[in-house]
Order: sequence, then structure tokens, then C-alpha cells
Amino acid sequence: MKGEASPAVELIKVSKSFDAVQAVRELSLTIRQGELLTLLGPSGCGKTTLLNMLAGFEVPSAGSIVIGGRDVTAVPPYRRNTGMVFQNYALFPHMNVFDNVAFGLRMRKMAKFEMARAVGHALEMVKLEGLASRRIRQLSGGQQQRVALARAIVIEPKVLLLDEPLSALDRNLRGAMQVELRELHERTGLTTLFVTHDQEEALGLSDRIVVMSRGEIQQVATPLELYRLPANGFVASFIGEINRLPPARCRTEGNDVVFEIAGGIVLRARKRNQPTIGAGQETHLFVRPEHLTLVEGDRPAPNRVSCRVTAHLYQGAYTLTRVDAGPLGNLQLRVLGGEVIAAAPIGSQIKISIDLDKAVILAG
Amino acid sequence: MNAWLATRLSAGLFWSAVALILGYMTIPALVVLMTSVSPSELLEFPPSGFSLRWYERALTYPDFQGAFVNGLIVTAFASSLSLLIGSAFAYLVERYTFGGRVALEAILASPLIVPHFTTGFGFLLLGANLRIGQSYAVVVATHVLLTLPFVTRSVYVSLRNLDPALERAATNLGASPLQVLRRVTLPLLLPGMAGGWLVAAMLSLTEFTASLYVTAQRTQTLPVAMYTYVREYTDPTIAAISALLITFTTILMLIANRYLGLRRILAIDAH
Ligand SMILES: Nc1ncnc2c1ncn2[C@@H]1O[C@H](COP(=O)(O)OP(=O)(O)OP(=O)(O)O)[C@@H](O)[C@H]1O
Ligand SMILES: [Mg+2]
Repeated sequence: MKGEASPAVELIKVSKSFDAVQAVRELSLTIRQGELLTLLGPSGCGKTTLLNMLAGFEVPSAGSIVIGGRDVTAVPPYRRNTGMVFQNYALFPHMNVFDNVAFGLRMRKMAKFEMARAVGHALEMVKLEGLASRRIRQLSGGQQQRVALARAIVIEPKVLLLDEPLSALDRNLRGAMQVELRELHERTGLTTLFVTHDQEEALGLSDRIVVMSRGEIQQVATPLELYRLPANGFVASFIGEINRLPPARCRTEGNDVVFEIAGGIVLRARKRNQPTIGAGQETHLFVRPEHLTLVEGDRPAPNRVSCRVTAHLYQGAYTLTRVDAGPLGNLQLRVLGGEVIAAAPIGSQIKISIDLDKAVILAG
Repeated sequence: MNAWLATRLSAGLFWSAVALILGYMTIPALVVLMTSVSPSELLEFPPSGFSLRWYERALTYPDFQGAFVNGLIVTAFASSLSLLIGSAFAYLVERYTFGGRVALEAILASPLIVPHFTTGFGFLLLGANLRIGQSYAVVVATHVLLTLPFVTRSVYVSLRNLDPALERAATNLGASPLQVLRRVTLPLLLPGMAGGWLVAAMLSLTEFTASLYVTAQRTQTLPVAMYTYVREYTDPTIAAISALLITFTTILMLIANRYLGLRRILAIDAH
């Protein structure tokens, strides 16, 4: 594994304040050589500010930034060798595709023939061969996106910085570009920091994800870990759909953990290796919609709860069914297909089973 | 009444209104133009025939020739200086907010507040005091002041429309601040600057009120020479020279429109 190599980027206790707003707070983060790391967080959590500090457009109020083993905290942006792709692409409108891509190489005083080769190669990478002499205005949004990418990768930056590069594209194109971005990353092997507030994009694209909120890191993990084992309530509710149950008091009973919830509801789960859950402690339970199932008739099932159907949201492959589960509050189930809409009409009483073995259990 | 007829009718109304306004705006120029081809010794409207003799006289009258050259010299210097100062000022105000926005607005509004008469009179007194009288320097200084607001506004609007991400992108790709200015900022401002220069040139070429004060026989511009002429003669030469000046300015305007787009130049507001 490449994990042993020195990190590509290190942020050490970096803070940034704008007047009264503290956009980034004492944030420390390591980006590994060659990985695609995603910064994910709600609007205003400091993602762009962090990216701008890496590129050198913002100076940290405190802390230091190390890129490729060199402390660049005081280095101006044009000497940092980072490659940034802007949200609106920021292509130079007075230059054609070739000159846009060649810009960084010209600044590096590369020889003409070498430059032509490098630009050609970069355009090939983003599948734009043959468009070198096009004006920027004559390109579609997706093509502009590719030019912006080519312009950034051609300078072989120490780290590629992408600020919500796909948000301006329509949905279909966005999906296709996600796949291509991933392929491009594999081919170039460039260390990449990708910013998004779209969790699906983050889950699908990243080696690791950094979840941010209010200028602080909430969790750094692989997409799989993040979905299965969110570190806290914020991450649990930010990544994917999740039902938050009312606070519960827990105790152990043989091989089971028993959760008592106000209103006389008792739920059980198999004991697991999670030291944070102690007897008598207040805990928070988070259950994904796919871990709630309809129970037909009187079949025995773990954690059966009666509830009333309040809504169906048909999604094609599955249906999101909303129920009122009394003391457990409003819950959302994910049921395959659309038959449930007729089988359990709105207003009807049904029984559901809550699979707590796959639930996220956090200490209060 | 069907929809087709309704659209046709409202389109008809719209174009009649446009024609009316256009007619109204061009009436004075048309009257002068018609008078200029009159064969009569006296200014008469409508003309009683057709002749180009007054054009011949206008083009060969030494005072007009001299004044036209003077005007070109003054215009070339004044609008170029105005562009230089106006661009620098617009750049400073847009980039560094030192309360400069208030100053900018004051300057942009000044030609509406200070009459050209006052500006000319002021420079006349100042010039006399500095013993440089009615020299080219004073005329140019006057014209720079009068055109500055328009040039500044033109460059300022272009600057506001410039996406700051473009300069950041260039910086990120390794361009030093000077290289960014040379390769990104200036090329993108060029249309606005050229437009500002042309507007300044047109204003300067046709400016009369202030020029009347700050010019002497030696430095007088065409509008001043024309005024002097009508005080002595009453023949249609004055109409002919007017028509020539209008034509010249129109050609400048057309060039501006062709290469820069009038909409861009006359854009008052960036939003
Ligand atoms: N130049 C600035 N001056 C003042 N406040 C700023 C500035 N830039 C960012 N902020 C503030 O810092 C915080 C973080 O902003 P930032 O742009 O980094 O968020 P973000 O995570 O990129 O959000 P989004 O997803 O909406 O792009 C916000 O509260 C924002 O208002
Ligand atoms: Mg942002």
C-alpha cells in the first residue's frame, strides 16, 4: 500500500475567521499520496474556505499547511502548484481550448513542441481530442467542464482541487461525469481533493470522505464505514436517509441489549462489540429505512411495532412509506417495488419490524 | 379579433412609435442636412434646389481645415489621457475599497452637475493665471476632465462584469500578479477601454461650450470655428460643415458598434 509514503497534503490546526464568522476551526487533516478525498458538508460549513487556503487564495488565521513536504502557509498561490477546477469552470473566454489548457505550461515556460504534446495528451485524457481550436463559447457545459479539468491536470499539480465541479451540470451528465472523474483519477494518479455537498456523489466517488460541519471535521472514513458506522448523530443523518428514534435507556439481558423507550416500548438487539454502550446509559438509535420491514399477519418478527400509514412516495425501484409509530414518532420504510401502495393504503394499520442489529447506536 | 391580427396590430403600433421617436430625434440634423445642399447664398429651409458648392467651400475654408486638425490633435491626446486616468481610477476603486466608491459616484455624476460653461471658464482663468493661456495643454486638460466620467464608467462596468474567478484561475496556474494583469485582466477589459476611448473621442470632437473659453484662434477646435463663422457669414457653408462633422462622428460610432457592440459601451449599469 501507498499508505507508508509521506502524505501529499497536511493541514495542521488550521483556522480561518472572517470578521465575526469562524469559517474553519483548528482543523487537522492528512491527504494521502494519490487518493481521492472528498470534503462533504452542508452549505457554509467551510469547504470552499478550506480549498482556498490550500490553493493560497486565503491565508489561514492560524495553523499551517504542508504540501508535498513543504510548508506553504506563506507561499503565494502562483507558486504552490495546485490545480484548481472552479465551480463555473472559469475558462478564459478570450482564448481557445488549446490556449486555455496551455496557459499553465506557458507560465512554466515550457518549450513549444513539448507543450503541444502535453496539451494534446491532456485533451485526450478528458476525451476532447480534435476540439483544440474551438472557442470556449462554442462548447457545451460538459465540454467546458472537461477543458477546465484538462487545464488543471496538464500542469501535473501536487494536488488537484475540485470545488463542486459537477453542480452546474444536469443530472444525467453529472452521473456520467462522476464515472469519468473516477476513471481520470485512476489514470492520472493525482492526489485529489473533491468538494461537494451531494452525499451520493461523495459515496460513489471517494476513497475517503471528510464530513464537515460548522468549520470542523465530524468524521473521516471510507464511504462504506461512513454509511455503516457514522461517528455521531450529525453524520448519521447527513449521510443517506435515516430514522432517528427517541432516546432510549439500555441494559443487557443475556446475549441481548434491551432498549426502553418512553411510552412502554421495548426493543432488543443482539449484544455487539461496542464499548460505548453501557448499562443504564442513555442511547440514541438510528435506523435506515431499508432496515424497517413490513410484517404480514401474525408472523413472529423481532421488534414488532404497530403503526399507521401516512404517506407513500413511489420511487420506481422502491417505495418510501411513511408511518406514524406512536411513541416512536414518524418513521420511514423502504419497501421494494410499488405493491405496498395498494396493500397498505394510507390510514391503514400495519405492523413493522425494526432490525436493530444493523442500527447505529450512539451513546447519549 | 384573432390573435394573429392582434400581434400584427401591436407590432404596427410599436414600429410607428419607434419611427416617430426616431424622426423627432433626427429632425434637427435633417433640417441642417437639407439646408446644406441649397444653392442659395442665404440660409434657407426648405432648400430651393440642389448644389454641393457649400461643401466645396467648407472643405477649402482655411479656418475649418486648421480647426479640424486642431480638433484631431486635442481629441487624440484628450481621449488617450482620459483612458489612462479613467482606467487606473476605475481599477483602483473596483479593487481596493477605500471609500472610493463614493468618490467614483461623485465623479460619474459631475458632468450632470457642473455645466461645461463653468468648466471652460474655470480652466480659462486658471490658464491665464499660470501664464499658459489658451494653449493646447489647457484645451486637452479641459477635454480630459469632460470625458473622464464616461471613460471611467465604461472601464468600471467592464471590470464589474469580469469574473474574479478568471484571475484566480490564472493565478492558480502559476501567473504572477503582473502576468495576470497582462494576459487575463487587460485583454478582457480591452473592449470596454476601446469603447470608452471612442465615446471620449466623439464627445471631444463635438464639444463646444467649454472649448469656446479655453481655445484661441491658434488652438480652436471645429465647433468653435463653426461658431465664429456663423457670427460673420450667413451662407449655408455652416450647414455643410455641420453635415460633414455629423458624418465623421457617425462613422466613428459605426466602427465602435461594429467592433465593440454599442450596447456594451453605453451600458450604464453592470446588472
Ligand atoms: N470572504 C468572506 N468574507 C466573509 N465571510 C466569508 C467569506 N468567505 C466565506 N465566508 C463565510 O465563511 C463560512 C464558510 O464559507 P464557505 O464558502 O467556505 O462554505 P462552503 O462550505 O463552501 O459552502 P457552499 O456549499 O455553500 O459553497 C460561511 O459562513 C461564509 O459566509
Ligand atoms: Mg463553497
